[in-house]
Amino acid sequence: MRIVVDFDLCESNAVCMGIAPEIFEVRDDDFLYVLDENPPESMRAKMEESVQRCPKQAISIAED
Amino acid sequence: MTTTTVIVGASLAGINAARTLRLQGQLGPIVVVDADPERPYDRPPLSKQILTGEWEREKILLPAGKEDLNLDFRLGTRAKALDLSSRQIILEGPTGAVETSPFDSLVIASGASARRLPDTAGIAGVHVVRTLADSLALRAELDAGPSRVVVIGAGFIGAEVASSCRKRGLDVTLVEALPLPLERILGAEMGQVCAQVHIENGVDLRLGTSVLQIETSSVDGVERVRAVALSDGTVVEAEVVVVGIGVTVNTQWLEGSGIALDDGVVCDNTLLAAPGVVAAGDIARYPSERFGRTLRVEHWETAIAGGEAAARRLLAEASGETPAVFDPIPWFWSDQYDRKIQLAGRPMPTDECRIVHGTTAEFRFVALYGDGDRLTGVLGMNRPRHVVQLRALFDEGVTFSEACERAAAL
Repeated sequence: MRIVVDFDLCESNAVCMGIAPEIFEVRDDDFLYVLDENPPESMRAKMEESVQRCPKQAISIAED
Repeated sequence: MTTTTVIVGASLAGINAARTLRLQGQLGPIVVVDADPERPYDRPPLSKQILTGEWEREKILLPAGKEDLNLDFRLGTRAKALDLSSRQIILEGPTGAVETSPFDSLVIASGASARRLPDTAGIAGVHVVRTLADSLALRAELDAGPSRVVVIGAGFIGAEVASSCRKRGLDVTLVEALPLPLERILGAEMGQVCAQVHIENGVDLRLGTSVLQIETSSVDGVERVRAVALSDGTVVEAEVVVVGIGVTVNTQWLEGSGIALDDGVVCDNTLLAAPGVVAAGDIARYPSERFGRTLRVEHWETAIAGGEAAARRLLAEASGETPAVFDPIPWFWSDQYDRKIQLAGRPMPTDECRIVHGTTAEFRFVALYGDGDRLTGVLGMNRPRHVVQLRALFDEGVTFSEACERAAAL
């Protein structure tokens, strides 16, 4: 599982950070940083929730 | 026996209820009804990227509406009446044909409609922004480059429309009946900051003023807005008027059905409105233990969470499981000019408001709201990290003063 963020869409609402702070971090520059682009399978539910709850539909999960 | 579910409303709450039912294994028919003829779409961009012209309609289609969930969509179809005893709903299709749709379980997610000014129906140039059709119609008029847009109501929709018009380089007058914008939601101190944001961005802001009359003239036989007469005695010439004065819930079809109504559908704390009937989204009024009163929340995230919770409530009822209590922390964002306003919680305008990060002068800050020792709200302007981190404090049960200390340490 690989986390893909479309940074043209992302507007740093930080919803994903609320769901999975170990993967997503919005810093003081107001930009989102993906801390682990290949999260473990145990994070799948949280990653799917992050995809669903992103107000900009900016997050997707790639299987490769 | 398979279960047939009817979902009234194909917007965020309805479509997420449908998705959850399917993903949780419901095999029977799921009928999704909406008066809007469009495929399910996301509403926040209607006052922003759609209006500015940055995005086209394909970009706002909801992912769940495009998934293969085997849903029976009845778009352009209006719910007319509910018969609870015989468990059927009366529908009116796009051609006016009336049909009866039976159900075992029902999700009420028919949402809300934009309020309009009285006696303005049919006047060209007067708009609301609630549906994709509304937004596209307004955009077409903005494309023509009107000399001035008057926005009536400085709530979140009005503020975002004003912002989008300014981005397009249009002159904007923003009219608000209250002394300060958003005062009922954010209190006077933060309302003042929001007013200043409009002024800094070149908006002609008229506060404490209401609309007396929309003045019109006849152009090629069409009655068209010409100016807006205000209660302070001024008259503002306008080629386009946008009305953003809130919404009314779409409960007409439920009147007399036995479903309890009180500015929304009255639910219990699990979103159940009657046996086998749940409500979600803008229309659901539920008791919040967290905030000590009933809430009807018009936020994007609450619509998703409510749709999911309502579906799970139906499944729990069918399986005999203990249903989960629905009491999320309300959260929303509003993008105005280059500022992002986010609020978590549900403060009262009279609550204490304390700045814990940044300053209002730089329009980049975090403020906490408290009622006595209880934390009631986290407000951020261009501070998304802090809002999401401090939102977690609601579930930690910290006092207002503790929350302020924790916030300062972030």
